[in-house]
Amino acid sequence: MFENMQLVYLAIPMSCLTASILAGVFGKKIGRVGAHSVTIFAVGLSFALSLVVYFDVLAGNKFNGAVYTWAISGGVPFEIGFLIDELSATMMAVVTFVSFMVHVYTVGYMHDDPGYQRFFSYIALFTFAMLMLVMSNNFLQLFFGWEAVGLVSYLLIGFWFQKESAIAANLKAFLVNRVGDLGFLLGIAAIVFLFGSLDYSAVFSAAPQAAAVTVPFMGGEITWITIICLLLFVGAMGKSAQVPLHVWLPDSMEGPTPISALIHAATMVTAGIFMIARMSPLYELSETALSVIMVIGGITAFFMALIGLVQNDIKRVVAYSTLSQLGYMTVAMGASAYAAGMFHLVTHAFFKALLFLAAGSVIIAMHHEQDMRAMGGLRKPMPITYLTVIIGTLALVGFPGFSGFFSKDAIIEAVHLSKLPGSGFAYIALTAGVFVTAFYSFRLLFLTFHGRPRMDQEARRHVKESPWVVTVPLIMLAIPSVLIGAWYVEPMLFGGFFEDSIKVLPEHNTLGQLAEENPDATGVELLLNLMLHGMMAPPFWLFMIGAITAWVMYIDKPELPGKLAVKFGAIYRMLMNKYGFDQFYEQVIARGVRRIGSLFWQIGDVKVIDGGMVNGTARLVGWFSGIVRTIQTGYVYHYAFAMIIGLFLLMTLFLNP
Amino acid sequence: MPDVVPAIITNQIPMSFTQLAFYFFAAVMVLASTMVITIRNPVKAALFLVLAFVSGACVWMTLEAEFLAIVLVLVYVGAVMVLFLFVVMMLDVNLTRLREGFGEYLPIGGLVAVLMVLEMVIVLSADSFDQQNMPRPEPQAEGYSNTKELGRLLYTFYVYPFELAAIILLVAIIAAIALTLRKRPQTKYQNPAEQVAVRREDRVRLVKMAAERRKDNQP
Amino acid sequence: MIPLAHYLILGAIMFALSVIGIFLNRKNVVILLMSIELLLLAINTNFLAFSHYLQDTAGQVFVFFILTVAAAESAIGLAILIVLFRNRHTINVEDLDTLKG
Repeated sequence: MFENMQLVYLAIPMSCLTASILAGVFGKKIGRVGAHSVTIFAVGLSFALSLVVYFDVLAGNKFNGAVYTWAISGGVPFEIGFLIDELSATMMAVVTFVSFMVHVYTVGYMHDDPGYQRFFSYIALFTFAMLMLVMSNNFLQLFFGWEAVGLVSYLLIGFWFQKESAIAANLKAFLVNRVGDLGFLLGIAAIVFLFGSLDYSAVFSAAPQAAAVTVPFMGGEITWITIICLLLFVGAMGKSAQVPLHVWLPDSMEGPTPISALIHAATMVTAGIFMIARMSPLYELSETALSVIMVIGGITAFFMALIGLVQNDIKRVVAYSTLSQLGYMTVAMGASAYAAGMFHLVTHAFFKALLFLAAGSVIIAMHHEQDMRAMGGLRKPMPITYLTVIIGTLALVGFPGFSGFFSKDAIIEAVHLSKLPGSGFAYIALTAGVFVTAFYSFRLLFLTFHGRPRMDQEARRHVKESPWVVTVPLIMLAIPSVLIGAWYVEPMLFGGFFEDSIKVLPEHNTLGQLAEENPDATGVELLLNLMLHGMMAPPFWLFMIGAITAWVMYIDKPELPGKLAVKFGAIYRMLMNKYGFDQFYEQVIARGVRRIGSLFWQIGDVKVIDGGMVNGTARLVGWFSGIVRTIQTGYVYHYAFAMIIGLFLLMTLFLNP
Repeated sequence: MPDVVPAIITNQIPMSFTQLAFYFFAAVMVLASTMVITIRNPVKAALFLVLAFVSGACVWMTLEAEFLAIVLVLVYVGAVMVLFLFVVMMLDVNLTRLREGFGEYLPIGGLVAVLMVLEMVIVLSADSFDQQNMPRPEPQAEGYSNTKELGRLLYTFYVYPFELAAIILLVAIIAAIALTLRKRPQTKYQNPAEQVAVRREDRVRLVKMAAERRKDNQP
Repeated sequence: MIPLAHYLILGAIMFALSVIGIFLNRKNVVILLMSIELLLLAINTNFLAFSHYLQDTAGQVFVFFILTVAAAESAIGLAILIVLFRNRHTINVEDLDTLKG
């Protein structure tokens, strides 16, 4: 279709960057309409070109190469390069599509905001950074994209910088991500140390030989690959908000809702998942790392979902749901079901963006009221939003036929088949998570849209459906939320869609085993098989129980939750305190660091540097000068004597060579 | 020195007039210098310095440096020493205070001087400077002009240093004048140029005013 | 004939005398300047002696320049002395210790 695909690859991120600069630097000149036109056009162009690339890749036209060499240091080239295969093409399409939808949605959501142009500049910049991350063919560019999305995330969480809580939240996100990024950077450093290259293909082809290289570690031996994988996973934990580095994600809801949808649900937080899938040739070589990933993912999936049960802020419920779903994806990575994880990533991107945008639509209607206890009965005034939320919820909880069903079921089945240590725990956590997910999802649905309205009269009169710029993206996202699962389940899970991008060792190939259970089925038959199987499996029943429980507690007997909260006060308080992670970080880590810093300040800076080195030097010089100054009598003849005696000594020196 | 002096004696060369002149003037020079540094009165010291320079000029004569010897007498005795005397007489110096602690540093000064002389004697007593190794050259032929020879060198080979020396002297003149020149604000003097250039307006001012009336006519 | 060494010894004695002079008359700037003149005379004598014995007129040229510089130096030195006396009413070196550390 295009003569030079390389130009197309370049145009995809660059159009976003250009639009971002235009909207950011010339925002005042081009005005609000100019800013959103240029960014929406650019991201739309990116999306169109991503589709072109996607179909080009499907036609077998892949690309791996550098487009620009920045520097060569110590034989290691630092390049900007693109690796275009199924994995990156899928991600590009998802990122640009969701971003495009969010751009359109923002026109409505941010309508009255004074920082309109700035906001469009930021989200276009984010799209650029995310594209650079997923298109990268080397670790340096990956790291660049990684940090750039983190930066934009920081800027956007603190977008309403007059709000003190927003500033605290963006600082928290930044600091927690620094912890993860340190691990990530160390991992990259270890890769350069071990392989001497930053290039993916070079590292991956050398990895099997390097698998046996070990280092002594705490009395035992540990392979370099494990170290690298764990360090990289620390980075993924930060970015993809896995326990214990998850604390920033719920707070990031301080940012505008489109951002929560785009960055903190659909794309950026999945960067860690994408990275692990991309590094599958490395992770396959380290079972230790896979086990760790699986356990961490299981913890996140279940325990974060539990917190979602007690949240009253509509966005926070969705945020904890995101955390839990990210846990699902992480577990899939640990179970070597990379394709299932990526599949869930894609479906999740659509339905979670949908849920967030729908929540945003509700928030607009409620005039920026986010507490679900003050909502209720919104079904009638907001039919489109209501319908899309139902679709999103069904997709999220994995109702058979909806996109989430295929991906989530595949993950659970794959974990079930995995033989790595920790898979048993992960399986239980995920299955229990299904129940919790259903419960909080339907709780949200019932509290917001059903029951009697709990807002005051004044607010109730103003509740109306959102404008078309808001509802159209909802509908546009609802369509893939329903269909994309059925559409892609066959190629992605069983058709070897990611065969060239993702490497799975035969002994870890859980998805392969899954495929063997459905040997001959193809097309519609396969879908029906899967759905029938899903209806029988425990997750479906758990989901049903969860939904019914929610109905009982929030529609049938609304007084029940309060009683339960009193009865199980300890558990309730623990959930409300989010297991005390925030308190722990605040009390122990933050305060400890402050105390150590103050210690260093008092002793290192004030005493040693200021007192000892700076003033000490001055004092030493002053003391020495005080002695030496007595030589300076100011009498000319003393200087003359010194000269003569010096002359005499010089003569003596000449006499005795 | 011990092995130099015997050489003269053993060779039994009769003392020529040049030798006589050299030793005489050298002795006068040393004596005069000793007087310069020890005498109380600065005027007398300056006069002894003149004597030392004149005898120095005579010693230089024995080295066939006639031009420089004359210049030494002219410049130093004629100009610099007069300057010294002038300054000494002009300044009302309290001599008694200046003489306080005169011999205080004599031991250390003498020690340093003696050590220096000793070192130089060690150097000079080596054979390299004796009659054999460094024979006195034949006197210049009749009609040879030291002045002409020196002038030839100065104006050809050393012409740039010569010019530099001229500049140094010029700078010295200017510096000496600049240092000693002073303004005396109290001194009254006339400026003829201003006197000539004066105009009527500078001296006379016409004032318009109402006519005055005698007040005593009024009651 | 006069050996070179005798001229050099004369120069050495003159030099040593001027050094002693500097030590002795440390308070009187005028005598100090005179001692310096003597010192230069001793050095000039050495130059001329070598010039004569080595038959090299360059030594005389050197003396010429030294005389020039010495004349300039004494002129400026005396000028400074006059200004000093005008301002401080003394030429006692012990009174001039503004540079004392």
